[in-house]
Amino acid sequence: MTIDPITLSVIQAGLQQVCDEMDLSFSRAAFSPVIAEANDRSDGIYAAEDGALIAQGAGGLPVFVGTMQYSTRTLIEMIAAGTVAAPQPDDIYIVNDPYLGGTHLMDVRFARPFYRRGEIFCWLSNTGHWPDTGGSVPGGFSASATSVEQEGLRLPPVRLFKQGKLDTEIYSIICSNIRVADQRIGDVKAQAAALMVGETRLHALLDRYGDETVRAAITELRARASAQMQQLIDEIPDGTYRSTAWVDSDGVVNEPLAIKLAITKTPGHLTFDFDGTAPPCMGPMNSVLATTLSSVYLAMRHIFPEVPISAGAFEPLEVIRTEGTFLDAQYPRPVSGCAAEVSQRIAEAVFAALVEPLPHRVTAAPAGTSGNFALGGFDPETGRDFVMYQLSGGGYGGNADHDGLSNGCSTIGISKAPPVEIMEQNFPVLYHRYALREGSGGAGHHRGGLGLDYEIELRRGDARASFVMDHGRFGPQGALGGEDGAPNMVEVWRGGECHVPEHLSKEQDIPLTAGDRVRVRTPGGGGYGNPATRDAQLSAEDARLGRTR
Amino acid sequence: MSDGAIIGVDVGGTFTDLVMIDPSGAIRIAKTPTTLDNQAFGVLTALRDAEVSLPQAGLIVHGTTTTTNAVLERKLSRTGLITTAGFRDVLELGRRTRPQAYGMKGVFRPVIPRDLRLEVPERMDAAGNVVTPLDETALRDAVQTLKDAGCEALVIHFLHAYANPDHEKRAAQIAAQIWPNDYITMGHALLSETREFERGVTAAVNASVQPLLERYIARLRGELADQGYRGDVLVMNGNGGMVSSRLVAREAAKTVMSGPASGVMAAAYTGRRAGFENLLTYDMGGTSTDVALIRGGHPPVSNEIEVEYAMPINVPMVDVRTVGAGGGSIARVNAAGLLEVGPQSAGADPGPICYGKGGTEPTISDANMLLGRLDPGRLNAVKGGVGLETLERVFADLGTPLGVDARAAAEAVIQMANTKMAGAIRMVSLSLGADPRDFALFAFGGAGPLHAAALARELGVPRVLIPARPGLTNALGCVVADLRHDYVQTIGLPLGPDAIDAVRHSFAQQIETGAAALGQETIDIREIRHDCSVDMQFVGQSHVVRVPLPNGTPDLEELQTRFEKVYWERFRVDLPEIRAKVVTVNCSVIGVCAPVDLSGLIAPEGRCAEAHPTGHRDVVLEGQVVRTPIYWRDHLPETVLLDGPALIEQADTTILIPPGDRVEGIADGNLVIHVGGADDDH
Repeated sequence: MTIDPITLSVIQAGLQQVCDEMDLSFSRAAFSPVIAEANDRSDGIYAAEDGALIAQGAGGLPVFVGTMQYSTRTLIEMIAAGTVAAPQPDDIYIVNDPYLGGTHLMDVRFARPFYRRGEIFCWLSNTGHWPDTGGSVPGGFSASATSVEQEGLRLPPVRLFKQGKLDTEIYSIICSNIRVADQRIGDVKAQAAALMVGETRLHALLDRYGDETVRAAITELRARASAQMQQLIDEIPDGTYRSTAWVDSDGVVNEPLAIKLAITKTPGHLTFDFDGTAPPCMGPMNSVLATTLSSVYLAMRHIFPEVPISAGAFEPLEVIRTEGTFLDAQYPRPVSGCAAEVSQRIAEAVFAALVEPLPHRVTAAPAGTSGNFALGGFDPETGRDFVMYQLSGGGYGGNADHDGLSNGCSTIGISKAPPVEIMEQNFPVLYHRYALREGSGGAGHHRGGLGLDYEIELRRGDARASFVMDHGRFGPQGALGGEDGAPNMVEVWRGGECHVPEHLSKEQDIPLTAGDRVRVRTPGGGGYGNPATRDAQLSAEDARLGRTR
Repeated sequence: MSDGAIIGVDVGGTFTDLVMIDPSGAIRIAKTPTTLDNQAFGVLTALRDAEVSLPQAGLIVHGTTTTTNAVLERKLSRTGLITTAGFRDVLELGRRTRPQAYGMKGVFRPVIPRDLRLEVPERMDAAGNVVTPLDETALRDAVQTLKDAGCEALVIHFLHAYANPDHEKRAAQIAAQIWPNDYITMGHALLSETREFERGVTAAVNASVQPLLERYIARLRGELADQGYRGDVLVMNGNGGMVSSRLVAREAAKTVMSGPASGVMAAAYTGRRAGFENLLTYDMGGTSTDVALIRGGHPPVSNEIEVEYAMPINVPMVDVRTVGAGGGSIARVNAAGLLEVGPQSAGADPGPICYGKGGTEPTISDANMLLGRLDPGRLNAVKGGVGLETLERVFADLGTPLGVDARAAAEAVIQMANTKMAGAIRMVSLSLGADPRDFALFAFGGAGPLHAAALARELGVPRVLIPARPGLTNALGCVVADLRHDYVQTIGLPLGPDAIDAVRHSFAQQIETGAAALGQETIDIREIRHDCSVDMQFVGQSHVVRVPLPNGTPDLEELQTRFEKVYWERFRVDLPEIRAKVVTVNCSVIGVCAPVDLSGLIAPEGRCAEAHPTGHRDVVLEGQVVRTPIYWRDHLPETVLLDGPALIEQADTTILIPPGDRVEGIADGNLVIHVGGADDDH
């Protein structure tokens, strides 16, 4: 069956609309602020036979751009092998196992078979970041974990909803193993309701255009997305482009981890070869393969945002030789840093390799860390324990057109930072500074954007500070003659003495008492092009406004 | 108010529109090009064109884009900021965002540049306790420095001033002794809500447009007075209400985005008179389309509007969302061989090809022209314009990679545009918790009525309401507006007796403050209405839902029930497990003005007893060339009934009635399109 391009365009818009409506429904009803405010979630439609991505919501968190097709494929394979119970209509599977096509344990996936005339037509799936899934530290980001068991409860695919009804037995097991369990029912219902929205809308689409037409359109759209990506990557001259990006350390062993990347362009095809990359590490900076692939895809989508997210767009991108590296971790390696940090270093390696052949498309390296600072303690005024997260932005890389943006969101995220006033309402802290980090942008023809400089005082009680950040050892890379951005800096001031984490950007459970302070300076972006060619007026304005020093 | 005519004048991006209703009900209209350098000039031209006798005029209500343009183009007064030590960069750091999800690029210009942002020692904590007292010497120095730097307006914005404004008030007092004018804005004055970036930007915008708005209004009043006008000038706010021009500059930020709000208020008023209480309004212009939702005859007001990337102006505004396509949206075939419409737009300059101003890429308007939906005769009317053959060729080129001819390509552009617009309208509707099928589509703007029936079909909306003067809706909004003041109070209490007490107390205070504000106005008020609501959530959530409280403060049980009902309707989720929380208490105090009679919008004397086509044209509809009758709207009988296909033309728009649909004339000159010809009642 061939479909005219006009019907195809309309069906493509229709499939996209189904996913966008799922995204909207999930965020609006969710409890977890990471889902509701930070949009740390994603919804999509996946092929019945192999889980291949058909369409995904435009507002999903970028790091999920490629992961759910792997978790759905794994689920389909396990059902075929009989290791997971076969589905019935209105069932919903839950799974958060990182090694089965995931990210870290906190990203919980739901998958629902979508039936037409008694057959599975496709799968609807979504991922949401739960605030806690158990493990040794609240929130799951332990900088010193050495196995996945320390990171939280690991769920294989099980049917949490059976024919539309919540399995209260499975649910009670989950709730007995996670913190703030009483609020999770809100997220579970929101996550399931989003899939229901998708179900209703997809039926409407199929009723209107016919199952066979839509099926044929999906096949055709996949081929065309592949052709579109091929055409775009043909802007790159054939050849091999190399880069190295460094993760500061794994949080346990204080050694930098190298990501070695060689991208080879042949007509219509890019090979991403990770040969020479560091082996699996002791600490939680391992990545699972699905996250590694997704990181490559999201980097390419930052470069070519016009290609719609679908399996076809990824077909011309081949990732090889990850086996034996920390980018393809196997059970029981700890992985909590993969979605937030390692993914951004992989993207940086892609940017650094491709900025030379695509100088108008690619920027110098952005700050590339989620800047996770967690403070957990007891507030004597409220009589309650608290866990506070300060996630922060940093400078973006300079680019062909402009200086980098200051205080932008992480490469893999799209969320807003919470206001200082809200943080002070909710936690016993006082901010002394929340400012542009002067002089942090890498010099260049277009300089990097500025990082953030903040300082927090603990006002009452005792607490423990933990850091999972990166780019402390090396600043974000400059490009085409531009200089590196300033590296991340953490200082903990206790009783008037300054403590700097041994791993610079990572440390677990530093004890604080009232009056102690934490100061964080996040990375500036890499500079783009030779600084000597910078417009003198721009340099003078930078000096006048105190952006450079 | 004297018994003279009421005149609404709205300045839009391209045109200045005027609607005048005199006490007899007679209506005059005018449309003239907007004069960007001095909007007052276009206003006076419109008044002249409508032959308004200013000495006899009763009231002028004015919608202006002075502040909107100043903000979007950053043509702002030089403004300084004094803020808490350690926080001068809050306005530039924003909330850690980028303009789009993909693409690591972006540019952001803060409202106030870094060298005009100064810090002084002072600090409150979140509970409003003083941590560091205000350093008054440092404050004096800072004020002097900004004055010497040539600043015309001043913002004083301290952390947690919503919890305790003492430092801001004291600082403003001191600054007033030094500052040469009244342009001092305190951060908490417009918006006493938490979130330092949003509050700060709102205050900074207010300060930096204040002098501009005041000068503009003074000039306009002066010119009107010179021509003998003795009445008051009221100015439209973004909340859809009006305030006296003598007071408007104090809270100048509230006039930003007043144009779209005004159109939605006119839609609500028109709908209420016609018995359509639930409307999805859709205003299709040249570059974009504005969508709003009206429930129960009133549009929702939001205080979380971002007017562009990282530019929140968090004062109450009618919730109007701008979505994708407009008449100038460009059609292209992308690298995957698929048709795309937008997001690129030909804008107003050069505009679509059919404008004859040098546009070369095919747009939605061009497709409409080629298909005969718009009068191709107009092409010849454009000086130096292009012919139909040019359009034919451009669309043939567009069709080549799609394997279709020019007309099929043009039809595909319309279909694609309708699919995308319908999707965007659905998203707006759903994000406001409404199913579009429960609404009628209210189409206005120059291009809206041409696409309305097709969009309605796409959305499953059964009826379309087309007002008498779709192209003058914003000006009509000025004429029918009420006086309005909105108040928002944060309480943040779990639902219980304390929360109920706080709600009751807040409403009482808000109603009293509003009554005092209305007391300062000079025009007649028929009655004072209060729109009360609370924003609620389940404990632990971050989004809120708005729970309307038509009868004021409810008891505990009733509020719980109302909240659960609203939540269920929105999300199909019920959560008996979790406690509810009242976040904010909202009250709009509305001074209802005398009703305005719209029956003269289309002059009865011009109407004929029967509908006669003025001509026929070949129009491409669903792949067929159909000989379609064309009617002149002003000549149609008031209770006309026609089956599609038909085109109804008027000075400010063209309406397409597709085959299978039926159009019916009702009171006030409105037309109702029954999609699918269904003749059910509303």
